[in-house]
Amino acid sequence: MTRDEIRSGILRALTQVAPEVDPASIKPNLRLRDQLDIDSMDLLNFVIGVHKEFKIDIPEADYPQLATLDGIIDYIAKAQAQK
Amino acid sequence: MAEFVMPQLGADMSAGKLIQWRKKVGDRVERGDIIADVETDKADIEVEVFSTGTIEKILIQPGEKVPVGTVMALIREEGKPAAAEVPAVPREVAAPTTPVAPVQAPPMPAAAVAPPRVAEALRIHISPVARKLAADLGIDPATITGTGPGGRITLEDVQQAAQAQAAKPAPAPEMDRAARMRQAIGAAMARSKREIPHYYLSTTIDMGRPLAWLTQENLKRSVEDRLVYGVLLVKAVALALRQFPDLNGFWVGGKPTPKPDIHVGVAISLRGGGLVAPAIHDTDRLSLGELMKSFRDLIQRARAGSLRSSELSDPTITVTSLGEQGVEAVFGVIYPPQVALVGFGKIVERPWASEGQITARPILTATLSGDHRVTDGHRGGLFLAAVERLLQEPSLL
Repeated sequence: MTRDEIRSGILRALTQVAPEVDPASIKPNLRLRDQLDIDSMDLLNFVIGVHKEFKIDIPEADYPQLATLDGIIDYIAKAQAQK
Repeated sequence: MAEFVMPQLGADMSAGKLIQWRKKVGDRVERGDIIADVETDKADIEVEVFSTGTIEKILIQPGEKVPVGTVMALIREEGKPAAAEVPAVPREVAAPTTPVAPVQAPPMPAAAVAPPRVAEALRIHISPVARKLAADLGIDPATITGTGPGGRITLEDVQQAAQAQAAKPAPAPEMDRAARMRQAIGAAMARSKREIPHYYLSTTIDMGRPLAWLTQENLKRSVEDRLVYGVLLVKAVALALRQFPDLNGFWVGGKPTPKPDIHVGVAISLRGGGLVAPAIHDTDRLSLGELMKSFRDLIQRARAGSLRSSELSDPTITVTSLGEQGVEAVFGVIYPPQVALVGFGKIVERPWASEGQITARPILTATLSGDHRVTDGHRGGLFLAAVERLLQEPSLL
Protein backbone atom coordinates (compact mmCIF):
# COMPACT_ATOMS: atom_id res chain seq x y z
CA MET A 1 0.00 0.00 0.00
CA THR A 2 1.44 3.39 -1.00
CA ARG A 3 1.53 6.41 1.31
CA ASP A 4 -1.14 8.05 -0.86
CA GLU A 5 -3.41 5.03 -0.44
CA ILE A 6 -2.83 5.06 3.31
CA ARG A 7 -3.55 8.79 3.38
CA SER A 8 -6.85 8.26 1.52
CA GLY A 9 -7.87 5.51 3.96
CA ILE A 10 -7.07 7.70 6.96
CA LEU A 11 -9.04 10.62 5.57
CA ARG A 12 -11.97 8.31 4.87
CA ALA A 13 -11.96 7.22 8.52
CA LEU A 14 -11.55 10.81 9.68
CA THR A 15 -14.38 12.25 7.61
CA GLN A 16 -16.70 9.50 8.83
CA VAL A 17 -16.09 10.73 12.36
CA ALA A 18 -16.10 14.44 11.49
CA PRO A 19 -18.03 14.90 8.22
CA GLU A 20 -17.53 18.64 8.25
CA VAL A 21 -13.77 18.31 7.83
CA ASP A 22 -12.33 19.37 4.48
CA PRO A 23 -9.50 16.86 3.92
CA ALA A 24 -7.66 19.33 1.69
CA SER A 25 -7.38 21.79 4.56
CA ILE A 26 -5.51 19.42 6.89
CA LYS A 27 -1.88 20.33 7.40
CA PRO A 28 -0.01 17.02 7.57
CA ASN A 29 2.56 18.00 10.17
CA LEU A 30 0.29 19.86 12.60
CA ARG A 31 -1.58 18.17 15.45
CA LEU A 32 -5.05 17.13 14.30
CA ARG A 33 -6.60 18.23 17.58
CA ASP A 34 -5.22 21.72 17.02
CA GLN A 35 -6.79 21.85 13.57
CA LEU A 36 -10.10 20.07 14.12
CA ASP A 37 -12.81 20.19 16.75
CA ILE A 38 -12.52 16.57 17.86
CA ASP A 39 -12.71 15.07 21.32
CA SER A 40 -11.62 11.79 22.89
CA MET A 41 -14.78 10.02 21.72
CA ASP A 42 -14.07 11.18 18.16
CA LEU A 43 -10.49 9.98 18.56
CA LEU A 44 -11.69 6.56 19.70
CA ASN A 45 -14.14 6.35 16.80
CA PHE A 46 -11.33 7.37 14.45
CA VAL A 47 -9.05 4.64 15.84
CA ILE A 48 -11.88 2.12 15.37
CA GLY A 49 -12.27 3.39 11.78
CA VAL A 50 -8.53 3.02 11.11
CA HIS A 51 -8.62 -0.45 12.67
CA LYS A 52 -11.38 -1.47 10.27
CA GLU A 53 -9.81 0.23 7.25
CA PHE A 54 -6.31 -1.22 7.65
CA LYS A 55 -6.96 -4.32 9.79
CA ILE A 56 -4.42 -3.29 12.40
CA ASP A 57 -4.74 -3.07 16.17
CA ILE A 58 -3.62 0.19 17.72
CA PRO A 59 -2.82 -0.10 21.44
CA GLU A 60 -3.84 2.88 23.55
CA ALA A 61 -0.21 3.44 24.45
CA ASP A 62 0.47 4.26 20.79
CA TYR A 63 -2.16 7.01 20.57
CA PRO A 64 0.45 9.79 20.97
CA GLN A 65 1.98 8.63 17.67
CA LEU A 66 -1.33 9.43 15.97
CA ALA A 67 -1.18 13.15 16.68
CA THR A 68 -0.59 14.34 13.10
CA LEU A 69 -1.63 13.09 9.67
CA ASP A 70 1.99 12.38 8.77
CA GLY A 71 2.45 10.55 12.08
CA ILE A 72 -0.55 8.33 11.37
CA ILE A 73 0.67 7.53 7.87
CA ASP A 74 4.10 6.60 9.28
CA TYR A 75 2.52 4.46 11.98
CA ILE A 76 0.30 2.53 9.58
CA ALA A 77 3.05 2.09 6.99
CA LYS A 78 5.29 0.65 9.71
CA ALA A 79 2.55 -1.61 11.06
CA GLN A 80 1.81 -2.94 7.59
CA ALA A 81 5.48 -3.59 6.90
CA GLN A 82 5.63 -5.66 10.09
CA LYS A 83 2.61 -7.79 9.13
CA MET B 1 -58.57 6.99 23.45
CA ALA B 2 -54.99 8.08 24.00
CA GLU B 3 -53.66 11.36 22.72
CA PHE B 4 -50.30 11.60 21.01
CA VAL B 5 -49.14 15.14 21.72
CA MET B 6 -46.29 17.36 20.58
CA PRO B 7 -43.86 16.52 23.38
CA GLN B 8 -41.96 18.93 25.57
CA LEU B 9 -38.37 18.03 24.79
CA GLY B 10 -36.66 20.26 27.30
CA ALA B 11 -37.20 23.67 28.79
CA ASP B 12 -36.02 25.37 25.64
CA MET B 13 -38.80 24.00 23.43
CA SER B 14 -42.15 25.75 22.98
CA ALA B 15 -43.22 24.35 19.61
CA GLY B 16 -42.23 21.75 17.06
CA LYS B 17 -42.74 21.16 13.36
CA LEU B 18 -43.91 17.77 12.16
CA ILE B 19 -41.52 16.48 9.52
CA GLN B 20 -43.23 13.18 8.80
CA TRP B 21 -45.41 10.44 10.17
CA ARG B 22 -43.86 7.00 10.23
CA LYS B 23 -47.26 5.38 10.75
CA LYS B 24 -50.66 5.89 9.16
CA VAL B 25 -54.26 5.60 10.30
CA GLY B 26 -55.04 1.97 11.07
CA ASP B 27 -51.44 1.02 11.90
CA ARG B 28 -50.81 -0.76 15.18
CA VAL B 29 -48.26 0.90 17.45
CA GLU B 30 -46.58 -0.26 20.62
CA ARG B 31 -45.36 1.82 23.51
CA GLY B 32 -41.83 2.95 22.63
CA ASP B 33 -42.31 2.82 18.83
CA ILE B 34 -41.06 5.82 16.93
CA ILE B 35 -44.08 7.11 15.04
CA ALA B 36 -43.11 10.63 13.97
CA ASP B 37 -40.16 12.90 13.24
CA VAL B 38 -40.33 16.40 14.63
CA GLU B 39 -38.13 19.42 13.97
CA THR B 40 -37.30 21.56 16.99
CA ASP B 41 -35.11 24.61 17.21
CA LYS B 42 -32.22 22.39 18.32
CA ALA B 43 -32.53 19.16 16.37
CA ASP B 44 -34.71 16.77 14.44
CA ILE B 45 -36.15 14.28 16.92
CA GLU B 46 -37.64 10.82 16.57
CA VAL B 47 -40.77 10.88 18.69
CA GLU B 48 -41.88 7.77 20.56
CA VAL B 49 -45.42 6.86 21.48
CA PHE B 50 -46.40 6.03 25.05
CA SER B 51 -49.49 3.94 24.34
CA THR B 52 -50.14 0.63 22.65
CA GLY B 53 -53.01 0.44 20.19
CA THR B 54 -54.12 1.50 16.73
CA ILE B 55 -53.83 4.95 15.19
CA GLU B 56 -57.37 6.20 14.94
CA LYS B 57 -56.94 9.70 13.62
CA ILE B 58 -54.13 11.94 12.46
CA LEU B 59 -54.72 15.60 13.26
CA ILE B 60 -51.52 17.31 12.20
CA GLN B 61 -49.96 17.13 8.77
CA PRO B 62 -46.25 17.22 7.83
CA GLY B 63 -44.97 20.78 7.65
CA GLU B 64 -47.26 22.09 10.39
CA LYS B 65 -45.68 23.76 13.40
CA VAL B 66 -47.67 23.41 16.59
CA PRO B 67 -47.15 24.34 20.24
CA VAL B 68 -46.01 21.80 22.80
CA GLY B 69 -48.98 19.83 24.10
CA THR B 70 -51.00 19.98 20.88
CA VAL B 71 -52.68 16.65 20.16
CA MET B 72 -51.23 15.33 16.91
CA ALA B 73 -52.98 11.99 16.69
CA LEU B 74 -55.46 9.83 18.53
CA ILE B 75 -54.66 6.24 19.38
CA ARG B 76 -57.31 3.67 20.17
CA GLU B 77 -55.81 1.74 23.02
CA GLU B 78 -56.26 -2.01 23.04
CA GLY B 79 -59.38 -3.05 24.91
CA LYS B 80 -60.84 0.44 24.86
CA PRO B 81 -63.70 1.84 22.72
CA ALA B 82 -63.10 3.42 19.31
CA ALA B 83 -63.47 7.15 18.71
CA ALA B 84 -67.10 6.94 17.65
CA GLU B 85 -67.93 5.26 20.94
CA VAL B 86 -66.18 7.89 23.02
CA PRO B 87 -68.57 10.56 24.29
CA ALA B 88 -67.97 13.74 22.27
CA VAL B 89 -66.95 16.00 25.14
CA PRO B 90 -65.32 19.18 23.91
CA ARG B 91 -61.92 19.48 25.52
CA GLU B 92 -59.08 21.89 25.55
CA VAL B 93 -55.69 20.85 24.27
CA ALA B 94 -53.88 18.39 26.49
CA ALA B 95 -51.28 19.61 28.93
CA PRO B 96 -47.63 18.96 28.05
CA THR B 97 -46.46 15.45 28.89
CA THR B 98 -43.86 16.86 31.22
CA PRO B 99 -45.26 19.43 33.58
CA VAL B 100 -42.81 22.19 32.94
CA ALA B 101 -43.33 25.83 33.72
CA PRO B 102 -43.73 27.99 30.65
CA VAL B 103 -40.57 29.10 28.97
CA GLN B 104 -39.98 32.64 27.85
CA ALA B 105 -39.39 31.39 24.37
CA PRO B 106 -38.47 33.62 21.47
CA PRO B 107 -41.51 34.89 19.65
CA MET B 108 -42.30 32.95 16.53
CA PRO B 109 -44.07 34.32 13.47
CA ALA B 110 -47.76 33.85 14.23
CA ALA B 111 -48.45 32.47 10.79
CA ALA B 112 -45.92 29.72 11.29
CA VAL B 113 -47.58 28.28 14.38
CA ALA B 114 -50.94 26.60 14.00
CA PRO B 115 -53.14 26.91 17.08
CA PRO B 116 -53.95 23.85 19.15
CA ARG B 117 -57.03 22.42 17.53
CA VAL B 118 -57.78 18.84 18.38
CA ALA B 119 -61.31 19.45 19.53
CA GLU B 120 -62.03 21.63 16.53
CA ALA B 121 -60.60 19.09 14.12
CA LEU B 122 -63.01 16.54 15.43
CA ARG B 123 -66.00 18.89 15.22
CA ILE B 124 -65.57 20.97 12.08
CA HIS B 125 -68.88 21.58 10.34
CA ILE B 126 -68.28 22.18 6.68
CA SER B 127 -70.24 21.40 3.56
CA PRO B 128 -68.66 18.86 1.19
CA VAL B 129 -68.29 21.38 -1.61
CA ALA B 130 -66.65 23.89 0.74
CA ARG B 131 -64.30 21.18 2.09
CA LYS B 132 -63.26 20.30 -1.47
CA LEU B 133 -62.61 23.95 -2.35
CA ALA B 134 -60.58 24.42 0.85
CA ALA B 135 -58.50 21.37 -0.01
CA ASP B 136 -57.97 22.61 -3.57
CA LEU B 137 -56.85 26.01 -2.29
CA GLY B 138 -54.66 24.54 0.45
CA ILE B 139 -56.64 26.17 3.24
CA ASP B 140 -57.02 24.41 6.57
CA PRO B 141 -60.78 24.41 7.43
CA ALA B 142 -59.85 24.70 11.12
CA THR B 143 -58.66 28.23 10.42
CA ILE B 144 -61.96 29.34 8.88
CA THR B 145 -64.82 30.84 10.86
CA GLY B 146 -68.12 29.42 9.63
CA THR B 147 -71.06 31.77 9.04
CA GLY B 148 -73.62 29.14 8.06
CA PRO B 149 -76.27 27.59 10.32
CA GLY B 150 -74.69 26.39 13.57
CA GLY B 151 -71.33 27.82 12.52
CA ARG B 152 -71.11 25.62 9.44
CA ILE B 153 -68.41 26.67 6.98
CA THR B 154 -69.90 27.60 3.64
CA LEU B 155 -68.43 27.91 0.17
CA GLU B 156 -68.41 31.69 0.60
CA ASP B 157 -66.47 31.38 3.86
CA VAL B 158 -63.76 29.42 2.08
CA GLN B 159 -63.64 31.93 -0.78
CA GLN B 160 -63.31 34.80 1.69
CA ALA B 161 -60.59 32.97 3.59
CA ALA B 162 -58.73 32.44 0.33
CA GLN B 163 -58.93 36.16 -0.47
CA ALA B 164 -57.75 37.08 3.01
CA GLN B 165 -54.85 34.69 2.75
CA ALA B 166 -53.83 36.09 -0.64
CA ALA B 167 -53.85 39.60 0.81
CA LYS B 168 -51.50 38.69 3.66
CA PRO B 169 -47.85 39.62 3.29
CA ALA B 170 -45.49 36.69 2.85
CA PRO B 171 -44.17 35.44 6.20
CA ALA B 172 -40.68 36.50 7.14
CA PRO B 173 -38.09 33.87 6.28
CA GLU B 174 -37.34 31.51 9.15
CA MET B 175 -34.06 31.82 10.99
CA ASP B 176 -31.55 29.11 10.29
CA ARG B 177 -31.18 26.22 12.72
CA ALA B 178 -28.05 27.60 14.37
CA ALA B 179 -29.70 30.93 15.17
CA ARG B 180 -32.87 29.25 16.45
CA MET B 181 -30.82 26.90 18.60
CA ARG B 182 -28.92 29.80 20.10
CA GLN B 183 -32.20 31.57 20.88
CA ALA B 184 -33.69 28.44 22.43
CA ILE B 185 -30.64 27.84 24.61
CA GLY B 186 -30.60 31.49 25.58
CA ALA B 187 -34.27 31.38 26.59
CA ALA B 188 -33.79 28.28 28.75
CA MET B 189 -30.65 29.60 30.39
CA ALA B 190 -32.23 33.01 31.04
CA ARG B 191 -35.14 31.25 32.70
CA SER B 192 -32.72 29.19 34.77
CA LYS B 193 -30.80 32.23 35.97
CA ARG B 194 -34.03 34.10 36.66
CA GLU B 195 -35.80 31.34 38.57
CA ILE B 196 -33.15 29.12 40.11
CA PRO B 197 -31.05 30.40 43.01
CA HIS B 198 -27.81 28.70 42.04
CA TYR B 199 -24.99 27.81 44.39
CA TYR B 200 -21.64 26.58 43.14
CA LEU B 201 -19.10 24.22 44.69
CA SER B 202 -15.83 22.80 43.42
CA THR B 203 -13.44 20.12 44.52
CA THR B 204 -10.24 18.64 43.15
CA ILE B 205 -9.87 14.92 42.58
CA ASP B 206 -6.65 12.94 42.19
CA MET B 207 -7.31 10.90 39.04
CA GLY B 208 -4.11 8.84 39.27
CA ARG B 209 -5.82 5.73 40.52
CA PRO B 210 -8.81 5.70 38.16
CA LEU B 211 -6.61 6.48 35.14
CA ALA B 212 -4.15 3.70 36.01
CA TRP B 213 -7.08 1.30 36.40
CA LEU B 214 -8.51 2.45 33.06
CA THR B 215 -5.20 1.83 31.25
CA GLN B 216 -5.11 -1.74 32.57
CA GLU B 217 -8.78 -2.28 31.82
CA ASN B 218 -8.44 -1.09 28.23
CA LEU B 219 -5.57 -3.54 27.64
CA LYS B 220 -8.13 -6.30 28.16
CA ARG B 221 -10.65 -4.78 25.79
CA SER B 222 -10.87 -4.82 21.99
CA VAL B 223 -10.54 -1.45 20.29
CA GLU B 224 -14.33 -1.24 19.86
CA ASP B 225 -14.91 -1.87 23.57
CA ARG B 226 -12.35 0.50 25.05
CA LEU B 227 -13.54 3.00 27.62
CA VAL B 228 -12.90 6.72 27.80
CA TYR B 229 -12.43 8.24 31.24
CA GLY B 230 -15.64 10.23 30.80
CA VAL B 231 -17.72 7.09 31.43
CA LEU B 232 -16.07 6.67 34.83
CA LEU B 233 -17.12 10.21 35.70
CA VAL B 234 -20.70 9.72 34.52
CA LYS B 235 -21.03 6.41 36.37
CA ALA B 236 -19.58 7.86 39.57
CA VAL B 237 -22.13 10.70 39.43
CA ALA B 238 -24.97 8.25 38.83
CA LEU B 239 -23.98 6.05 41.76
CA ALA B 240 -23.49 9.04 44.06
CA LEU B 241 -27.03 10.18 43.20
CA ARG B 242 -28.38 7.02 44.82
CA GLN B 243 -27.11 8.44 48.09
CA PHE B 244 -28.33 11.97 47.29
CA PRO B 245 -31.71 11.52 45.56
CA ASP B 246 -32.69 15.12 46.21
CA LEU B 247 -30.19 16.19 43.53
CA ASN B 248 -31.81 13.83 41.02
CA GLY B 249 -35.11 15.21 39.83
CA PHE B 250 -37.12 18.28 38.98
CA TRP B 251 -38.55 21.42 40.51
CA VAL B 252 -42.20 21.31 39.49
CA GLY B 253 -45.23 23.22 40.71
CA GLY B 254 -43.28 25.06 43.36
CA LYS B 255 -41.77 22.01 45.01
CA PRO B 256 -38.94 19.53 44.52
CA THR B 257 -39.83 16.26 42.82
CA PRO B 258 -37.04 13.70 43.20
CA LYS B 259 -37.11 10.98 40.55
CA PRO B 260 -36.67 7.32 41.41
CA ASP B 261 -34.78 6.55 38.20
CA ILE B 262 -31.41 8.06 37.42
CA HIS B 263 -31.17 9.28 33.84
CA VAL B 264 -27.99 11.33 33.51
CA GLY B 265 -28.12 13.88 30.70
CA VAL B 266 -24.75 14.30 29.05
CA ALA B 267 -23.96 17.61 27.39
CA ILE B 268 -22.89 16.98 23.80
CA SER B 269 -21.56 19.75 21.62
CA LEU B 270 -22.89 19.65 18.09
CA ARG B 271 -20.74 20.14 15.05
CA GLY B 272 -21.40 23.62 13.78
CA GLY B 273 -22.30 24.94 17.23
CA GLY B 274 -24.87 24.49 19.95
CA LEU B 275 -25.40 21.62 22.31
CA VAL B 276 -27.92 19.08 23.51
CA ALA B 277 -27.97 17.07 26.74
CA PRO B 278 -29.81 13.81 26.11
CA ALA B 279 -30.30 11.15 28.76
CA ILE B 280 -28.50 7.88 29.20
CA HIS B 281 -31.41 5.95 30.72
CA ASP B 282 -30.86 4.13 34.01
CA THR B 283 -27.25 5.26 34.09
CA ASP B 284 -26.58 3.83 37.53
CA ARG B 285 -27.63 0.35 36.47
CA LEU B 286 -25.39 0.08 33.40
CA SER B 287 -22.01 -1.61 33.47
CA LEU B 288 -19.12 0.54 32.28
CA GLY B 289 -19.13 -1.35 28.97
CA GLU B 290 -22.85 -0.77 28.50
CA LEU B 291 -22.49 2.84 29.51
CA MET B 292 -19.68 3.36 27.01
CA LYS B 293 -21.77 1.81 24.25
CA SER B 294 -24.76 4.01 25.12
CA PHE B 295 -22.55 7.10 25.37
CA ARG B 296 -20.95 6.49 21.95
CA ASP B 297 -24.32 5.78 20.36
CA LEU B 298 -25.84 8.89 21.90
CA ILE B 299 -23.04 11.15 20.68
CA GLN B 300 -23.21 9.75 17.17
CA ARG B 301 -26.99 10.10 17.00
CA ALA B 302 -26.97 13.56 18.57
CA ARG B 303 -24.55 14.74 15.92
CA ALA B 304 -26.41 12.92 13.15
CA GLY B 305 -29.74 14.44 14.27
CA SER B 306 -31.52 11.24 15.25
CA LEU B 307 -32.20 11.55 18.97
CA ARG B 308 -35.39 10.13 20.47
CA SER B 309 -37.94 12.20 22.31
CA SER B 310 -37.54 10.34 25.62
CA GLU B 311 -33.82 11.02 25.56
CA LEU B 312 -34.53 14.74 25.60
CA SER B 313 -37.44 14.76 28.02
CA ASP B 314 -36.06 12.35 30.64
CA PRO B 315 -32.72 13.67 31.99
CA THR B 316 -32.88 14.03 35.76
CA ILE B 317 -29.51 15.80 36.09
CA THR B 318 -26.90 17.04 33.61
CA VAL B 319 -23.20 16.27 33.45
CA THR B 320 -20.99 18.50 31.35
CA SER B 321 -17.29 18.37 30.64
CA LEU B 322 -15.18 20.98 28.93
CA GLY B 323 -11.85 19.38 29.82
CA GLU B 324 -11.09 18.54 26.22
CA GLN B 325 -11.37 22.22 25.39
CA GLY B 326 -8.72 23.00 27.97
CA VAL B 327 -11.10 24.35 30.61
CA GLU B 328 -10.04 23.59 34.18
CA ALA B 329 -13.38 24.13 35.94
CA VAL B 330 -16.96 24.38 34.65
CA PHE B 331 -19.60 26.25 36.64
CA GLY B 332 -22.66 25.34 34.64
CA VAL B 333 -26.16 26.73 34.44
CA ILE B 334 -28.82 24.27 35.65
CA TYR B 335 -31.16 23.08 32.92
CA PRO B 336 -34.69 23.57 34.25
CA PRO B 337 -36.67 21.86 35.60
CA GLN B 338 -33.62 19.90 36.82
CA VAL B 339 -32.11 20.93 40.13
CA ALA B 340 -28.41 20.19 39.69
CA LEU B 341 -25.59 20.09 37.18
CA VAL B 342 -22.18 18.49 37.58
CA GLY B 343 -19.19 19.86 35.67
CA PHE B 344 -15.79 18.36 34.98
CA GLY B 345 -12.73 20.19 33.74
CA LYS B 346 -9.43 19.19 32.24
CA ILE B 347 -7.15 16.68 33.92
CA VAL B 348 -3.96 18.61 34.61
CA GLU B 349 -0.73 17.53 36.26
CA ARG B 350 -0.30 19.41 39.54
CA PRO B 351 1.84 19.16 42.67
CA TRP B 352 -0.24 17.19 45.17
CA ALA B 353 0.54 16.79 48.85
CA SER B 354 -0.35 13.47 50.41
CA GLU B 355 1.00 11.82 53.57
CA GLY B 356 3.70 14.43 53.87
CA GLN B 357 4.96 13.96 50.32
CA ILE B 358 4.55 16.26 47.34
CA THR B 359 4.21 14.49 44.01
CA ALA B 360 2.94 15.39 40.56
CA ARG B 361 -0.54 13.95 40.12
CA PRO B 362 -3.27 14.17 37.42
CA ILE B 363 -5.86 16.45 39.00
CA LEU B 364 -9.46 16.96 37.90
CA THR B 365 -11.72 19.75 39.11
CA ALA B 366 -15.31 18.62 39.68
CA THR B 367 -18.04 21.18 40.28
CA LEU B 368 -21.64 21.18 41.33
CA SER B 369 -24.23 23.79 40.43
CA GLY B 370 -27.10 23.25 42.82
CA ASP B 371 -30.59 24.70 43.21
CA HIS B 372 -30.81 26.33 46.63
CA ARG B 373 -34.56 25.74 46.73
CA VAL B 374 -33.81 22.02 46.93
CA THR B 375 -30.41 21.54 48.55
CA ASP B 376 -27.73 23.58 50.23
CA GLY B 377 -23.96 23.70 50.01
CA HIS B 378 -23.52 21.20 52.84
CA ARG B 379 -25.50 18.56 51.00
CA GLY B 380 -23.80 19.42 47.71
CA GLY B 381 -20.37 19.11 49.31
CA LEU B 382 -21.21 15.65 50.61
CA PHE B 383 -22.35 14.68 47.13
CA LEU B 384 -19.07 15.79 45.52
CA ALA B 385 -17.15 13.90 48.21
CA ALA B 386 -19.15 10.78 47.33
CA VAL B 387 -18.26 11.22 43.64
CA GLU B 388 -14.59 11.42 44.59
CA ARG B 389 -14.78 8.33 46.80
CA LEU B 390 -16.44 6.33 44.05
CA LEU B 391 -13.79 7.37 41.52
CA GLN B 392 -11.07 6.09 43.85
CA GLU B 393 -12.58 2.59 43.57
CA PRO B 394 -12.95 2.34 39.78
CA SER B 395 -13.28 -1.44 39.74
CA LEU B 396 -16.53 -1.06 41.70
CA LEU B 397 -18.08 1.38 39.24
